[in-house]
Amino acid sequence: MTHTPVHYAAASGAFSLSWLLIALPLAGAAVLLLGGRRTDRFGHLIGTAAAALSFVVGVVLFAAMLGRSGEDRAVSQHLFSWIPVNGFQVDVGLLVDQLSIVFVLLITGVGTLIHIYSIGYMAHDPARRKFFAYMNLFLASMLLLVLGNNFLSLYAGWELVGLSSYLLIKFWEYKPAAATAANKAFYMNRVGDVGLAIAIMLMFATVGSTSYADVFGAAAANVIGYGTISAIALLLLLGACGKSGQFPLQAWLPDAMEGPTPISALIHAATMVTAGVYLIVRSAPIFNESQAARTVVVVIGAITILLGCVIGCAYDDIKKVLAYSTVSQIGYMFLAVGLGPAGYAIGIMHLLAHGFFKAGLFLGAGSVIHAMDDDQDLRHYGGLWRYMPITWATFGLGFLAIIGFPGLSGFFTKDRIIETAFDKGGTSGYLLGAVALLGAGITAFYMSRLFLMTFHGRPRWSGEGEDARHPHESPPTMTGPMIILAIGSTFAGGLFVLGHSMQNWLEPVAGEGVEGVHTFSPIVLTALTLVVVAGGCAAAWLRYQARPVEATARPDAEVTLVTVAARHDLFANTLNETIAMRPGQFLTRFLVWLDLVGVDGLVRGSAAGIGGLSGRMRRLQTGFVRSYALSMLGGAVLMVGALLLVWGG
Amino acid sequence: MSASLLAQTEKITPPSIEYSSLSPLLIVFVVALIGVLVDAFAQREARRVIQPVLAAGGFIAAFVAVAVLHGRHALLAANAVAIDAPALFMQGTILVFALLSVLLVAERQLDSAGGAIVASAAITPGPKGSTAARTSADMQTEAYPLMVFSVTGMMLFVASNNLLVMFVALEILSLPLYLLAGLARRRRLLSQEAAMKYFLLGAFSSAFFLYGLAFAYGYAGSVELGKIATAVGTTGRTDAYLYLAVGLIAVGLFFKIGAVPFHSWTPDVYQGSPTPVTAFMAAGTKVAAFGAILRVFYIAFGPLRWDWRPVLWTVAILTMVVGAVLALTQRDIKRMLAYSAIAHAGFLLVGLAGTNTDGLRGAMFYLVTYGFTTIAAFAVISLVRTSDGEASDLSQWRGLGRTSPLLAGVFSFLLMALAGIPLTSGFTGKFAVFQAAIEGDATPLVVVALVCSAIAAFFYVRVIVLMFFSEPLADGPVVITRPTLTFATAGIGTLATLVLGVAPQPLLDLANTAASSGFVR
Repeated sequence: MTHTPVHYAAASGAFSLSWLLIALPLAGAAVLLLGGRRTDRFGHLIGTAAAALSFVVGVVLFAAMLGRSGEDRAVSQHLFSWIPVNGFQVDVGLLVDQLSIVFVLLITGVGTLIHIYSIGYMAHDPARRKFFAYMNLFLASMLLLVLGNNFLSLYAGWELVGLSSYLLIKFWEYKPAAATAANKAFYMNRVGDVGLAIAIMLMFATVGSTSYADVFGAAAANVIGYGTISAIALLLLLGACGKSGQFPLQAWLPDAMEGPTPISALIHAATMVTAGVYLIVRSAPIFNESQAARTVVVVIGAITILLGCVIGCAYDDIKKVLAYSTVSQIGYMFLAVGLGPAGYAIGIMHLLAHGFFKAGLFLGAGSVIHAMDDDQDLRHYGGLWRYMPITWATFGLGFLAIIGFPGLSGFFTKDRIIETAFDKGGTSGYLLGAVALLGAGITAFYMSRLFLMTFHGRPRWSGEGEDARHPHESPPTMTGPMIILAIGSTFAGGLFVLGHSMQNWLEPVAGEGVEGVHTFSPIVLTALTLVVVAGGCAAAWLRYQARPVEATARPDAEVTLVTVAARHDLFANTLNETIAMRPGQFLTRFLVWLDLVGVDGLVRGSAAGIGGLSGRMRRLQTGFVRSYALSMLGGAVLMVGALLLVWGG
Repeated sequence: MSASLLAQTEKITPPSIEYSSLSPLLIVFVVALIGVLVDAFAQREARRVIQPVLAAGGFIAAFVAVAVLHGRHALLAANAVAIDAPALFMQGTILVFALLSVLLVAERQLDSAGGAIVASAAITPGPKGSTAARTSADMQTEAYPLMVFSVTGMMLFVASNNLLVMFVALEILSLPLYLLAGLARRRRLLSQEAAMKYFLLGAFSSAFFLYGLAFAYGYAGSVELGKIATAVGTTGRTDAYLYLAVGLIAVGLFFKIGAVPFHSWTPDVYQGSPTPVTAFMAAGTKVAAFGAILRVFYIAFGPLRWDWRPVLWTVAILTMVVGAVLALTQRDIKRMLAYSAIAHAGFLLVGLAGTNTDGLRGAMFYLVTYGFTTIAAFAVISLVRTSDGEASDLSQWRGLGRTSPLLAGVFSFLLMALAGIPLTSGFTGKFAVFQAAIEGDATPLVVVALVCSAIAAFFYVRVIVLMFFSEPLADGPVVITRPTLTFATAGIGTLATLVLGVAPQPLLDLANTAASSGFVR
């Protein structure tokens, strides 16, 4: 795999303004956080304006990029020297290229919509200003992550999105579950972050630089050994798994749903969790050099697809189901990008389409939760389509998009992933294709289950009595973004594949997509997929529409073993606790003991010793001049004696 | 031998004196004399204004003269006085510290009765006399000329190229200090005791110096530093006289910096003296004494460095350890700073252990940083008062961070500088000195110095903890935050501590230039 030497054009014209993308939301966050209560009244407007302006800058840059010829589209702008130490130079700069601009548009576009949505959703929250400040901080961090022109800037953004994610998950920190979930997300992300950090150190150790241009240039020139480059790729993958909730670090993502629903939509569905996919595509020149690392990526993708799907079927919490759906959809993206140059663009396409429909689904879920007095249990819903038609329609479009209904986004992007997996050829191709296909079927099943249990069937709530519910449509600030996202979910996929537009656009970054030999004719495969999806939908229909749904889930004893396992996240938490948490706690206790007895003992002992010495030596300071003079005389005699000894010797 | 001596005496001619090159010294000396006249003839109230203005003006003028003289490199007055870059650097430093100290002495707004200087030093201690001394608004304005005389001695001390002149300078600088130590308005007995002790022990140490001087003459036939070095270097002849001279002269000089085991006067004198005088002694005397030590050990005994190194190491280690360890159990804040001064003298000796240009540079830089910090610290101490004068007992500082955060913050910063925390001048100073020592193959000494710094950090930080993490006393001390002279002095010292910690390069460059141009021989 050859890669042309890495070259980025210098920033000029509109591109010299690219720093504004980050600066605007950052300034928003600063104003809101430093302004304190004074900005309570209009804080949400400032936050939204900062996001919207950043989106406008993104559109301007995109237009400017369209006006350039292919090789001049990647623009690198030097901002300042961050670490100007001799031998370790890190310059902070921005890289606006075909890959980062689509992320900029996704982040700021979806971000702006979710800001608008949050105005309504958080209207009654006393800490709304803080919420918008954190969201702006998140936007700035995420933009830094995708816009940096070196791995260290990416790392800074990576950690900052981790921080904003943490702050937003525990936004309602008075809920113990939220606080725990935030800590869990933080810890599990650390595992991945350590991988990323070591990968960057390895790059610096072998290449002497962390800038994309140098590292990718060295990777393309084959100056890094296979072992080293595989290690770098695998460590990058570890980082990606942590941030994107991929196996084996997936357990934090469903818990993160304790955060406010707009956050679930923005951070834990549309943008931050796809950072892992971005990292792999950005590091394509590294992954291209290591077949082993790519194999691990596809395996992780395949495992995660199934894992997410299966658990998604078992949960009754609307947001948890969507969260596991996210886990599994990102699994699809990993599968795609793990297939190498054939899949990078397809993975990104699915990522963007997913950004639309998953954000839309989460906002719809938020609208439902809002209408049902913060009840998130699917079994307490039913028949809601009558009361909230806009939510029903937009959610429905998102639902159709995710299951791959013909003509909608998911149909184009997910089918391409299944196709590419089969086209890999050989046994592994069949295996991966089969997993992807099976995943599509299960996705259809659990999404239909979710949709039917929420909007259709007999209402399992009552409008009267003690626990009365009065479902109603949400205000326009909430439905507006939902409508726009529904439009996006409907048409985005078609636009991407129309004339291979997205693949051509990303070609300079992701490499030329090789059209492999088709294992199945695309027509046959599409038909097959549609049959599987229809089967999933039909099963859900029979199970949850044709038959009445119980208002309470059946206890574990009465359901199959698979269901029990799925209800317990396939024992992922048990696994984590056994192999990581317990030994970790044991190690911590041991180290604390060592610190208390050993280190502290030493410190306290020597402190006590010196203190005692001081107390004794004090007595020499008698206050009598005669004893002072004696000590001087003694000192003088000793000093002169020593010198004479030196002379004599 | 006696014949050659006779030949020399016959040839004596009056030395030519280059008054322009000696102008800083002469300016300060003349100002001191005028001060005496003013005290004799001016009105009591007028003296209180004229004297500080005169002294400060003299210091400023002398500082300008020092600045004008920069670049001079010559032996003057029959080789008795050396005007070279290190001498001028130290003279300038002494003048700056003297100026700051005069501001402290001139302070009259803190004490309800008047300044820190007693109205009449001669009043018999006792209940009656003490009350009179405390309540009188008057002050013993002789303090100013005494200070100026002392500064003359200090400036000559760092510039003497001749052991005899050095001895005279030592006495000029010491005698006024003995008197100044006894002038405290409050706690008269303690102050007079301090003066007495300082005088007795100072006289004792001077005798050692003089004795050593005699041996040096006996060995080299000259008291000129350069000639002693030549005698050691060219003849290669070593005998007991030489080593006796090294040892005894060292005793006299080590006494002045408060090196162990010649340190015992320091806590008593620091505690008993009026706080402005303590600040002056801590900053000024240290510069002067180190200037002399550097000159003697770099020039006269330089060729002998491998022989006196073990002794210097031992003294340095003892000084650091005793200073740091004994400070731990002090209850009085001035005594604590006195032990801290002893420890700092040890750190400075570490720089000397390298006996290289870097050591000279490091020591000069350290002296400047330490002087500013210590003057500011004593200034802050005199701002915290009870009805009984300064709140010198540590327990009275409890919770001061809650009641007056600004003062406690500034004092904490100064303590951190004394402890050598980065971003303060204390760190850069220590760094410069230790680096020189490592380059001079004195790494073990640096290790000891670092351990002692760690021990010392404990008692500095303990005060910070006491101020910020304890409940304030119900009848705690009053902090005077009016814009007074003391306040300004503390501000200048703190600012210098900060600036020299953040941007030390200009001063380091200056010290480097001075050190690399070296001593004139």
